Amino acid sequence: MSSYTHHDEPFYRKYIWSTDHKIIGLQYGFTALFFLLVGFTLMMIMRWQLAYPESPVPLVGSIFGEDGILLPEIYNSLGAMHGTIMIFLGIVPLAVGAFGNYIVPLQIGAPDMAFPKLNAASYWSYLVGGIVMMSSFFTAEGAARSGWTSYPPLAVIEVGQTLWLIGMIFLITSSLLGSINFITTIVQLRAPGLSWMRLPFFVWAQLVTAFLLLLAFPPLESAAVLQLMDRVAGTSFFLPSGLVVSGEILDVSGGGSPLLWQHLFWFLAHPEVYVLILPAMGIVSEVIANNTRKPLWGYKSLVFAVVFLGFMSFIVWAHHMFITGMGTAMSDFFQTTTMIISIPSIIILSAFFISLWGASIRFNTPMLFALAFLPMFGIGGLTGLPLGLAAADIYLHDTYYVIGHFHYVVAPGTIFGLFAGIYYWYPKITGRKMSETMGKLHFWPSLIFMNGVFMPMFIQGLAGVSRRLWDGGLEYAHASGVLHWNEFMSISAWLLGLAQIPFIFNIFYSLKFGEKVGKNPWDSTTLEWTAPSPPLPHVNFEKIPEVHREAYEYSVPGRKRDFTPQTVPKKG
Amino acid sequence: MLEFLKHYGLPIHLSTAGPGIDEIIVLTHWLMLFLFVGWGAFFIISLVKFRASKNPKADHEGVKSHLSSVLEVAVAVIEIVLLIGFAFPIWASRVNDVPTAAEDGAVHIRVIAQQFAWNIHYPGADGIFGETKVDLVDEEENPIGLDRSSVGGSDDFYTINQMHIPVNRKIRVDLSTKDVIHSFKLPELRVGQDAIPGMIIPVHFEATMTSEEYLQKMADTPRKGKGLEIVCAQLCGLGHYRMRGYLTIDTEADYKSWLDSEAQYLEEYEDDEW
Repeated sequence: MSSYTHHDEPFYRKYIWSTDHKIIGLQYGFTALFFLLVGFTLMMIMRWQLAYPESPVPLVGSIFGEDGILLPEIYNSLGAMHGTIMIFLGIVPLAVGAFGNYIVPLQIGAPDMAFPKLNAASYWSYLVGGIVMMSSFFTAEGAARSGWTSYPPLAVIEVGQTLWLIGMIFLITSSLLGSINFITTIVQLRAPGLSWMRLPFFVWAQLVTAFLLLLAFPPLESAAVLQLMDRVAGTSFFLPSGLVVSGEILDVSGGGSPLLWQHLFWFLAHPEVYVLILPAMGIVSEVIANNTRKPLWGYKSLVFAVVFLGFMSFIVWAHHMFITGMGTAMSDFFQTTTMIISIPSIIILSAFFISLWGASIRFNTPMLFALAFLPMFGIGGLTGLPLGLAAADIYLHDTYYVIGHFHYVVAPGTIFGLFAGIYYWYPKITGRKMSETMGKLHFWPSLIFMNGVFMPMFIQGLAGVSRRLWDGGLEYAHASGVLHWNEFMSISAWLLGLAQIPFIFNIFYSLKFGEKVGKNPWDSTTLEWTAPSPPLPHVNFEKIPEVHREAYEYSVPGRKRDFTPQTVPKKG
Repeated sequence: MLEFLKHYGLPIHLSTAGPGIDEIIVLTHWLMLFLFVGWGAFFIISLVKFRASKNPKADHEGVKSHLSSVLEVAVAVIEIVLLIGFAFPIWASRVNDVPTAAEDGAVHIRVIAQQFAWNIHYPGADGIFGETKVDLVDEEENPIGLDRSSVGGSDDFYTINQMHIPVNRKIRVDLSTKDVIHSFKLPELRVGQDAIPGMIIPVHFEATMTSEEYLQKMADTPRKGKGLEIVCAQLCGLGHYRMRGYLTIDTEADYKSWLDSEAQYLEEYEDDEW
């Protein structure tokens, strides 16, 4: 390993075909942030049609045809691609690919990931998947338009789905390669003395996430291949016989089941929710421990809760399918598991709240985002309760209530967690802090407008307004009382877009003008802060650290400083 | 709480399943409110009380009690009550209490969804549905592929996007689809069921109010003058947003005369054919 440091590498080897986990982490990070912006832009365009149905979209309207009106087929494409991009090209790569790659080896005192080449392969497979997805916009058929859930038969008979499926196969392969790497790295490459119960909670979250990816994605990968065969090879894994589409009998061999796809899809897509949320919880736990200047409350129960949560997440998937015609045995089972999984979530969230008691709270930008995560994720989690009870779900299923629920989990939840992580670890990556002023200019409007976008969704959902309606419900009488919220939500979304400008600017501005810092600007205890900022190429540490303590020894009575890094030997 | 949720969108219900479903929605919202207010109060007090400027030295241990475990157990107990007391029985009734015309005097209707309309198939005076066959499907003349020559098929009739049902009687809908997945939803009746290709799924409900009574109640709301609807709640293609049907809940007498007029219409139509 150390031989790498003795010679300078050419640019392409250092930054492009790199096997250094830090460079790969940054590649993931920038690509994922770009895709997040793309996914969000699609939604800002859709929100124009929702707020002002059938009026020409300003600025970008000419892309959609001469009169600039967003047609239903384009709206459906944007909707399907918004979901796909945000989840598979934005948040997962940022939470796992970027943060996992950059931070996990540093936090466990490893020189790199266990399989550096596999790591690079994972990124490049992701990039290919992303390019395939994006290229579908420029084909004659257009991009996929059957929702990110791609339910057959619609997904099989609609145009644009083939490239989506091929893209997904690359993306899933990328995640599988990554997950094997994370598990091996965390199991094998921990620094001497770093026992399981001394691991920072972030590493635990990433470990559980890696297991979810490893075990949940293969069913979807096979399902994607099967759906691809249904489209291109005349099979009918997901199609029964006897379908009549637009007056023509559908020419398929038949015998398949549309529900089979849903089971395979949700077998991934429910654990996927925890893939989205656990890394963010991990980041929030690091930022909270550091900025409360005290240990996480109930570290052990947090660890057990997150492992249990990961396990349970494999047996709740069919709560997405209550109204497909489910009998009592299945519905009772999945309702029960869904209620059970709420308990570890409550344990984790409660532990974060309780960690604040007795603290000495520093309100810097990473901490603001981490703190906002707590109530926002709380709203997202709590509104899952009625959806998890089949009887209430009869009414609320497929309404905007669901949209509000999972966006609270993922947007002001996960994305705020990821923002916290960017502000928190930026000094480690660059050797400079991000501007606090611009950070706060980013935080407060984002918090306000996030709620402006998502809170009214619960109102529309309670009124029974369905999701995925091109005109936002204009057609329906039952939506008439709550339609005026559409404009409010759309304006909030556009202002939320503006609120990201200080963030984007800050990333580049602080690279050159940010306050210069040393190894440990936040007075933190975990191992990444014992490496130079930025850490040494390929080897990270000047010397592999030795661990003598638990992860969060903050404010231990009788000590001179209010933090004791994990590397400080115990006396005697 | 119910009033609060109704203020924020939840429409009044007009079905026998409504009270149960609304109750469980209300109860879960109480639980959510309780947890959120509890967490929120603790959160805000902590932020104010333990800000660094006021409390420069953190307490290493923080909270020593394990009261939070009590909270977690309490939530678990409430969830068990919600499951066993409310959610399970409602679902059991939904799945197991499907009425039939013969035993329960239920009105038996078939609904066949397609892109982007609802075909409502009535069995006619004999109460027997004729056979439907895919090769008879003709989008103009015979969208459900009804075989008039089959047993019971001669007096069947169907409407497109117009569903009439009588008030205060059990209704059984056998739901199917010709093409892709749709979702049959009657928001005010708290009915929702996906139509899955290849499957026929029974849905049942009972209205407690006629359309006319409902519209009177809605006289002072934005809903004024706009009748009940069949909603497609599952993305089914380009026209998903306009896949709307109309539901009319009649008095028993009005329903009978509507059935008669449909039968008469069918006769005239048959005569035209000759």
